[in-house]
Amino acid sequence: MNNPHPAGLKDLVARQIPRRYRAEWLFEKAGLGALVVGLGFLAFFFYTLVMNGYTAFWQSRIALDVPLTAAVIDPDGTRDVDLIGQANYQGLLRDALRTRFPEVTARGELRSLFALLSPGASFELRDRVLTDPSVIGSAVEFWAVADDDVDMLIKGHSSRDVPESDRRLSDQQLAWIDALQADGAVEKRFNRAFFTSGDSRDPELAGIWSATVGSFFMLLVTLVLSFPLGVATAIYLEEFAARSRWTDLIEVNINNLAAVPSIVFGLLGLALFINLFGMPRSAPLVGGLVLSLMTLPVIIIASRAALTAVPPSIREAALGVGASKMQMVLHHVLPLAMPGMLTGAIIGMARALGESAPLLMIGMVAFIVDTPQSPVDPATALPVQVYLWADSPERAFVERTSAAILVLLVFLLLMNAVAVILRKRFEQRF
Amino acid sequence: MGLTLFGYLMGRQRALVGFGGKRSSAFHSLPGYYGGYVALWCAIPALAILALWVIAEPVLIERAVIAALPDDLQVLPAQRLGLVYNDIRNLVSGNILSGEADANILAAAEHYSRLKANSRLLLSGVLFVLAFAGMLWSLARVKPALRARIHVEGVVEYLLVAASAVAILTTIGIFLSVLFEALRFFSEISPIEFLFGTEWSPQTAIREDQVGSSGAFGAIPLFAGTLLISGIAMLVAVPVGLMSAIYLSEYASGRVRSYAKPLLEILAGIPTVVYGYFAALTVGPMLRDLGESFGFVVASESALGAGLVMGIMIIPFVSSLSDDVINAVPQALRDGSYGLGATKSETIRQVVFPAALPGIVGAVLLAVSRAIGETMIVVMAAGLSANLTANPFEAVTTVTVQIVTLLVGDQEFDSAKTLAAFALGLVLFVVTLLLNVVALSVVRRYREQYE
Repeated sequence: MNNPHPAGLKDLVARQIPRRYRAEWLFEKAGLGALVVGLGFLAFFFYTLVMNGYTAFWQSRIALDVPLTAAVIDPDGTRDVDLIGQANYQGLLRDALRTRFPEVTARGELRSLFALLSPGASFELRDRVLTDPSVIGSAVEFWAVADDDVDMLIKGHSSRDVPESDRRLSDQQLAWIDALQADGAVEKRFNRAFFTSGDSRDPELAGIWSATVGSFFMLLVTLVLSFPLGVATAIYLEEFAARSRWTDLIEVNINNLAAVPSIVFGLLGLALFINLFGMPRSAPLVGGLVLSLMTLPVIIIASRAALTAVPPSIREAALGVGASKMQMVLHHVLPLAMPGMLTGAIIGMARALGESAPLLMIGMVAFIVDTPQSPVDPATALPVQVYLWADSPERAFVERTSAAILVLLVFLLLMNAVAVILRKRFEQRF
Repeated sequence: MGLTLFGYLMGRQRALVGFGGKRSSAFHSLPGYYGGYVALWCAIPALAILALWVIAEPVLIERAVIAALPDDLQVLPAQRLGLVYNDIRNLVSGNILSGEADANILAAAEHYSRLKANSRLLLSGVLFVLAFAGMLWSLARVKPALRARIHVEGVVEYLLVAASAVAILTTIGIFLSVLFEALRFFSEISPIEFLFGTEWSPQTAIREDQVGSSGAFGAIPLFAGTLLISGIAMLVAVPVGLMSAIYLSEYASGRVRSYAKPLLEILAGIPTVVYGYFAALTVGPMLRDLGESFGFVVASESALGAGLVMGIMIIPFVSSLSDDVINAVPQALRDGSYGLGATKSETIRQVVFPAALPGIVGAVLLAVSRAIGETMIVVMAAGLSANLTANPFEAVTTVTVQIVTLLVGDQEFDSAKTLAAFALGLVLFVVTLLLNVVALSVVRRYREQYE
């Protein structure tokens, strides 16, 4: 051996062993720690979301005995729907509140008493009367939607302990709410409006339905455009094209497009579709076009993987019995690769559903109350609705935002679950 | 459409029944292909004309309408004339006008709608005749000797080629559309000033004497802010992502791996707007309170908050890419290292990591490009004012934030303010493209090394 002190070296190695093992231990734990940090964040994230958001699925309502006086609603007794629809339901609700609290008479006090109810309560009362005009003339127990400030108090999101000047509700309003609660006249009920109505300036009336429909139209456009195009491209690249400069160019392009920031696609949509082609702003059609360009690379890459997974024996068998190349691909390879392609398409759709940056560019951030009827109506999308609500100052919108996010995540989870099931079910081992 | 379907059936029928006394088995191709042949002849010429028509119609109508306008309107400069024409179109579609409509405009509007109706009528006529002629001509050609399959398959193959060209067209489209607007911007503001100026305040003055609207377009503060936030994100994402990738691929048992990996990927599936909400409403205030208790002043829209959350978003990206890379390192290298008496962590640090380094660098570059282009987190959690600082507790703004703020809301396309967004977009596109090309080529070369 070259080493003049073999004994010393042995000793050195032996002395280093505990230190090396310690380093070994430390390294493994550092890896575990990193993993725990990542997963811990995930848990913290869902915890915050759920804790913030689950209350939005319930909405505080205040029970009132509303006398549906025929003289106010239908003075002529004609039961004419237009006439009934125009009656002063707000006045009826206010009368009901006044009879509930007869001691309140001053104008300012009355105004703050009426503020306990949401401005939307009268519309609900109207709809109730319109669906069943026979109640006119009798007194009904009506659960009126409470204002968002009341709602927050009842759900415990706003505190009573801060000084009155820092509170959204005055001491007097608190006393009224307490009195109502003592009567059992305040209740949290399932918040249907959240799922069925559009956006609103009043948090207690705001819902995600119009945004959901907007997202739906957008995904429809995206699917119709990007799936056939993506599959066709994948078939061409995998089955027909010989490796050449042209196909290399396409490949590089596809890989790069998959990594271009989404906001740049938004710029493209703005400059090309809206500015040059004059398409309508805020329309799901344009949003769908932009998103399909974004989804295309995802679908192409997944479809190519699905095509390569089909074994050559299938192709050779088809060619062997006299099929042309096109017949071989369309009749035999494509059906076998379809589940994989669909999985890729669903994952691409899920990504498109969560995308919002390019939609900001093409004007889909408008305040939309009405539900869009077609892909060219102004609309907004679920993630954009989240963005809009997150900017709103009211405390009640924090709750709605979290709830909207939960709904969005449920959609994403469902889509991914479908993709996984599809893959499991049609997975074939060749 | 209907005619196309009819053509398909006719062609198929003709081939099925046989032609000229010969049985259908004498035909070169299957009956369906003859149907397809006729249908294609029906549809393709008609669709081509339709496309041309849609492109040419507005231009021709605009010319005709303007030519019919009274002389005093015709002498207007091009821009004013454009406004008048817009008014006419708005009038026809029932939109709000920019002013009172006078008799001239009303007459022109009528002219416009008449022209439009005529053109539509003519179009449907031409389309029908063309489709019918195509059908007759191709039906006449349906004979046993016609190699319909070859023709149909040729067309289908061209369609496939066309589909694959969309990817290239998109890239070209992005580049050109952003480039053109950016060039318009650079004709007003010099590129030198844009790239190296340190003052960013894009509000241009409406009145001459307005205060605080210098209209300065120096993008250095934006680049600095972007780099700061991306840097913080990488400081979070690279160690955590890399270490969890190492743990998952080298240490974890199969069971842990099968649970932890999909869970980590969930982080990648969460929409960015959700991260933005989280950064703005939970992390931002939390950092501010934390800073207060230590006596720091932390802005609630600090670079730190946005960077941290962005880092968490990128963790799964880094970890899954480096996981692939680490798994690609041949087992023989590890075995050799163990044979020399190295411990597991020594093997990883001194053998596996250097061997995987090019791939990991590629993954990090891809992650950087992701961080630079990320929009929603910074729009919601980072500041708006351009601030040239390296202090992570202050609010900074980024390129993407400025693009969004410049372009959301009402806008006209001739002000430097909106065009500046496209110049920023061009910079963003070019930078991320370069990063991607470099990263992908590094990763590819690395893979080839071990294959």
